[in-house]
Amino acid sequence: MNTLILRTVAPFVTALTLLFSVFVLLRGHNEPGGGFIGGLIAVSGLALYGIAFGVGAVRRALHFHPMAIAGAGLFLSTLSGTISLFAGVPFMTGLWIYPHLFGTEIPLSTVMSFDLGVYLVVLGAITSIALALEQEPGPEADERQSGPDGPQKRGDV
Amino acid sequence: METLFAVLIGLFFAAAIYLMLSKYTVRILLGVALLGNAVNLLLFTTGGLTREVPPIIPAGSDVLSTVAANPLPQALILTAIVISFSFFAFLLVLTYRAYQELGTDNTDKMRLAEPTDEPLPPMGY
Amino acid sequence: MAAPQSAVDLSAALILTPPPLGEWLVVAPVVLMIGLGAFLLMIRKSVRLQGSIALAGLSLLVLLDAGLLWRVLDQGPVTMVMGRWLPPFGIAFTADLFGAAMALVSAIAALGAGIYALRDIDAAGRRYGFYPFLMLLMAGVSGSFLTGDIFNLYVWFEVLLISSFGLLVLGSEPRQIDGALKYAILNLIATTLFLIAVGYLYAIFGTLNMADIARKAATLPSGAPLVTLTGLFVLAFAMKAAVFPVNFWLPASYHTPRIVVSALFGGLLTKVGIYALLRVTIMLMPVQREQLSLVMAIAAALTLIVAALGALAQHDIRRLIGYLVIAGIGNMLAGVAIGTPAAVSGSILYALTSIITMTALYLVAAEAARIGGSWSLATMGGIWRRSFPFAITSFLLFLSAAGLPPLAGLWPKVSLLKAAIDIGAWWLAAAMLIQAFLVTIALGRVFLLAYWRPLAEAGMPAADEEPAGFFSDKTTALPVIGFAALTLIFGLYPEPLLQLSQRAALSLADPTAYIASVFGPSDLGRGGNP
Repeated sequence: MNTLILRTVAPFVTALTLLFSVFVLLRGHNEPGGGFIGGLIAVSGLALYGIAFGVGAVRRALHFHPMAIAGAGLFLSTLSGTISLFAGVPFMTGLWIYPHLFGTEIPLSTVMSFDLGVYLVVLGAITSIALALEQEPGPEADERQSGPDGPQKRGDV
Repeated sequence: METLFAVLIGLFFAAAIYLMLSKYTVRILLGVALLGNAVNLLLFTTGGLTREVPPIIPAGSDVLSTVAANPLPQALILTAIVISFSFFAFLLVLTYRAYQELGTDNTDKMRLAEPTDEPLPPMGY
Repeated sequence: MAAPQSAVDLSAALILTPPPLGEWLVVAPVVLMIGLGAFLLMIRKSVRLQGSIALAGLSLLVLLDAGLLWRVLDQGPVTMVMGRWLPPFGIAFTADLFGAAMALVSAIAALGAGIYALRDIDAAGRRYGFYPFLMLLMAGVSGSFLTGDIFNLYVWFEVLLISSFGLLVLGSEPRQIDGALKYAILNLIATTLFLIAVGYLYAIFGTLNMADIARKAATLPSGAPLVTLTGLFVLAFAMKAAVFPVNFWLPASYHTPRIVVSALFGGLLTKVGIYALLRVTIMLMPVQREQLSLVMAIAAALTLIVAALGALAQHDIRRLIGYLVIAGIGNMLAGVAIGTPAAVSGSILYALTSIITMTALYLVAAEAARIGGSWSLATMGGIWRRSFPFAITSFLLFLSAAGLPPLAGLWPKVSLLKAAIDIGAWWLAAAMLIQAFLVTIALGRVFLLAYWRPLAEAGMPAADEEPAGFFSDKTTALPVIGFAALTLIFGLYPEPLLQLSQRAALSLADPTAYIASVFGPSDLGRGGNP
């Protein structure tokens, strides 16, 4: 698998895939797309990078441990649901604000931050599984993590 | 249409159960993956098969303009897909680890947790 | 799914008044546990900080659940619907007496296990993520007890299943992976069966909200295949609860993980299965339960006998306790099979006491192995001489597990026996008595061999027999003595627990208050279609 062609192309493909995953994530509110599928696209890019350059390179590129990323995503999603406590509406109600930035109205919502959390959960959990599968048995094996643990909520897309 | 789907689901379940009855973990795993798909198809069919438009409210309107497909089974399937996907991924890692650690994929030979020659407890002292 | 064509009336679909703060108590346990679990996952490397944050969180969980139970006792079931949608459109969380009591007791068990884990789980285990997984497990357990939506119940099952996988392979020893593989595949099949049943349920009822199902159950056409559906549910939950013909994953896996993980699993996971079984058969489908009651009763009797015999045949005390967990499940299933309010209240009481007793027994086994020198009854010994206070504490817990007076384990057995004899199921009562007798022998033998027998008799050097002190550590003493004190107090003064479980059983059998809490008191007669 570790050919010159793959190693030359992999960084570009990974960068494009990651960009595309963010596009799919943001598009997800009104059209097909969303956090789960965006996260999976991002993982496929990282997995390709891992095949080309090894698991260590992916870990260095991510900087944070994949499970920590998943944790951050889960935390963000939980927080997005809890904000409605302060707005006097039931748990998980979508709340919107419309700030104007450089003359353009940008709708922001807790729905979107929830979705961003889902994106990070999927990215972190599935990356750690993919890395565990790509990893050669060896001294690094102890660092291996198994198990995604993001509770998947209904409407997880 | 429902009959066709029922037969198809039956075939899926039959194949999944056949695979899961094997004693090799990889086949069991494939059976589990197939079982997840069978259930998704089942959920899809139980929601009622219709040829309607997707339930998306057009811009500038507050309600659906026409009769639309039932979105709930789709939401259920989506959740079930997400869950079965992550479980399948986890089981894949676990099976791989089991193969590495135990040196076999034959469940008959996986007796580490339950050795066959366990002694009985002493009757007294 | 035709939508109204006229002008939009939001009040028909949305909740427009702010929910009272007290309703947040229903979701608070779950939100707290998920948020904390996620946070601890982020700081996985801070080994010291994790334990104290997790314990603070678990203590808060106990307080929240106690507050919820108090509110439910005071004002009846509490409901909150996600995202402002009116039920049955939104996913509802509904806590009734049964759910709130189970949530509180399991939170107490988890707090005890969390204290014990402070010493038992080393830095490597913490870096691996013991505490985050514990938090997510508790999120799954609390979610299962508090949700009011049957598909949501499935999701919580999966949440607790996936965090239990993480806990089970903590340490990555080969025998753990062996046990985990069997546990994972069989439990996954069980939850898939549950999902299949949910699919059929949706096809028949057109709704997933449990209150909505309960009020529609009476109005269904008679041709609906509800007995088959109930059978599927019973099979799925029986598999989760480790009822006899489908119990083999439990003795294959529960003795492999760290002992504190075994304690959590033995205390909590099978009881979630029993909870779901009671919720579905007693509250949602009481008529169909009648037709399946003989099958369930036979399964219960077999579970009782087989599990007790299995306990007799084990020399590893962890595996022995695994069989005791199954034997307890047999008792609870017998209550479901009998189905009278008295029997259901016995089952609920059994589940509540069993959560505490089984968690405590695993912790006792760990301490006994530490003092007695091994896990095997063949070589253990001398605990009585080395630590008298520990021996007395374990003796109390053994009495409770065997259902002997004056401990809390007695009362649910008495209620179940009386209920069985009242309907004339003498053979079921006989199975319960035989099980209690065999379990008493098994635990008596543990006490004889591991506690009374001097080490020299077990073939070990007697020089090891200097006193080991009160307990080996206060992180062990606190939960074990706490659990033993709880069982002793409720054994001597069972009135509040008996009343609680009777009220919980009545509210399960007649869910009027549950339905009213979801749809509002005026909506009882309306069989609206979503």
